[in-house]
Amino acid sequence: MGVFAMPSLGADMEAGILVEWLIKPGDAVSRGDIVAVVETQKGAIEIEVFEEGKVHELVAELGVELPVGAPLAVILAEGETPPVETEPAPEAPKPEPEVEREPAPASEVETVIAAPVTATRPAPSSIAPTSLNAASPAARVRAHELGVDLSGIHGTGPGGVIVLSDVEGPGAKAKPAPQKTGTPMEEMRKAIAAAMTRAKQTIPHFYLSETIDVQPATDFLSELNAERAPAERILLGALFVRAASRAAAKVKTMNGHFIDGAFKPAEVVNPGVAVALRGGGLVAPALMDALLLDLDQTMAGIRDLVTRARAGRLRSSEMTEGTITVSSLGETGAEAMTGVIFPPQVALVGIGAPHVRPWVVDGEVVPRSVITLTMSADHRVSDGRQAARFITEFETLIQAPETL
Amino acid sequence: MTEEEIRTAYLEELSRVAPDIDPETVGDDDHIQDDLELDSMDVLNLVTALHERTGVDIPEKDYPQIATVALAVGYLKAKIK
Repeated sequence: MGVFAMPSLGADMEAGILVEWLIKPGDAVSRGDIVAVVETQKGAIEIEVFEEGKVHELVAELGVELPVGAPLAVILAEGETPPVETEPAPEAPKPEPEVEREPAPASEVETVIAAPVTATRPAPSSIAPTSLNAASPAARVRAHELGVDLSGIHGTGPGGVIVLSDVEGPGAKAKPAPQKTGTPMEEMRKAIAAAMTRAKQTIPHFYLSETIDVQPATDFLSELNAERAPAERILLGALFVRAASRAAAKVKTMNGHFIDGAFKPAEVVNPGVAVALRGGGLVAPALMDALLLDLDQTMAGIRDLVTRARAGRLRSSEMTEGTITVSSLGETGAEAMTGVIFPPQVALVGIGAPHVRPWVVDGEVVPRSVITLTMSADHRVSDGRQAARFITEFETLIQAPETL
Repeated sequence: MTEEEIRTAYLEELSRVAPDIDPETVGDDDHIQDDLELDSMDVLNLVTALHERTGVDIPEKDYPQIATVALAVGYLKAKIK
């Protein structure tokens, strides 16, 4: 695989600090192995590799903050030769784009990230931008996100207008990595702000809500849990994750990622389970391949995710491979929530706490436990019709809990 | 188990479930959900831990009876054989 680089562990991540190596040169690694621990704004994350190979060299130093994409290690597949370090690699038969990146010593990386964006820009040509730095709206938004000063950018659009590609040029990535200065909670808050701001700026959200009778589900669980020891009991949240996963498998426009201007439906369902952290903050690690899990396995998986989210030991795949988010307010609290989609996902299922309300069943008004489900969906990918279909699927499933 | 041992066991398991809670600061009548902000998963983990430690299998309908230190001590004392 060649150079193993600092992965992006979510829409909000720009850099991470390598805190632990779990491999050394000469070790054999295979897909899914945890090779390192990286400290991010959302806590420590265990980094997995996705290909087989042998560790050739550890490039990055511990304790150094590195931007996403910075080389961490060189891991070679069988028969692969290490990339040449002193000159550009010749056209070696290397199948993957990542291997074209040259590994650089950590000191060089630091130099690169410390260089201000403007220094890498060519001097303004004769077609100078106006004094107002005429720029397209997309360029302005991106420049704001990147913290780039438009006055230092040479526009290549009509009349010297700055367009998106000018802002996203090769120098754009060279902005200094944000320094970690705040408390862990302040850093978590910044990470949430960055991801949610991006979501609200780029995803045209729309919302559909439905109040759903969950009395069959709560009755089913009361009966089931009465016969079980505490360690084997099931929470209502596990039924919600089961129902949402199966509904997502049927309504494919709710399950996947919007990347590079196009929707890519996912072949598996990895529901991100929003976990509130004690003291504040939120992470939504993915329950991998949830369709393969039965109800007990789903509950065990959620319990494990919650435990590791709070201990700060989630895995890189769980941070990046969620295909839809399920955010449930638990069994007490507010009755409804309109959530913000976690990019690059395209839908979020917001579920309020169950409340007992007067409800009409077979023509009679009776007290029933009901939830309000609010679907947040991405209008670039779907319309109300598909979101409504998801809700109908969910409702049908949750009202037949024994089938979950 | 004496009442004091039950109290210690409860507070130890509570701070294991929610490590940010300092047992010293938990009042006898602090509600684990309303005051200490445990969610349903935390409550289940606490009930599981108390089951393993005391042998008392607390059914779901009795969860309100372990919602504070004072309630839990009384409830568990009556149930422990």
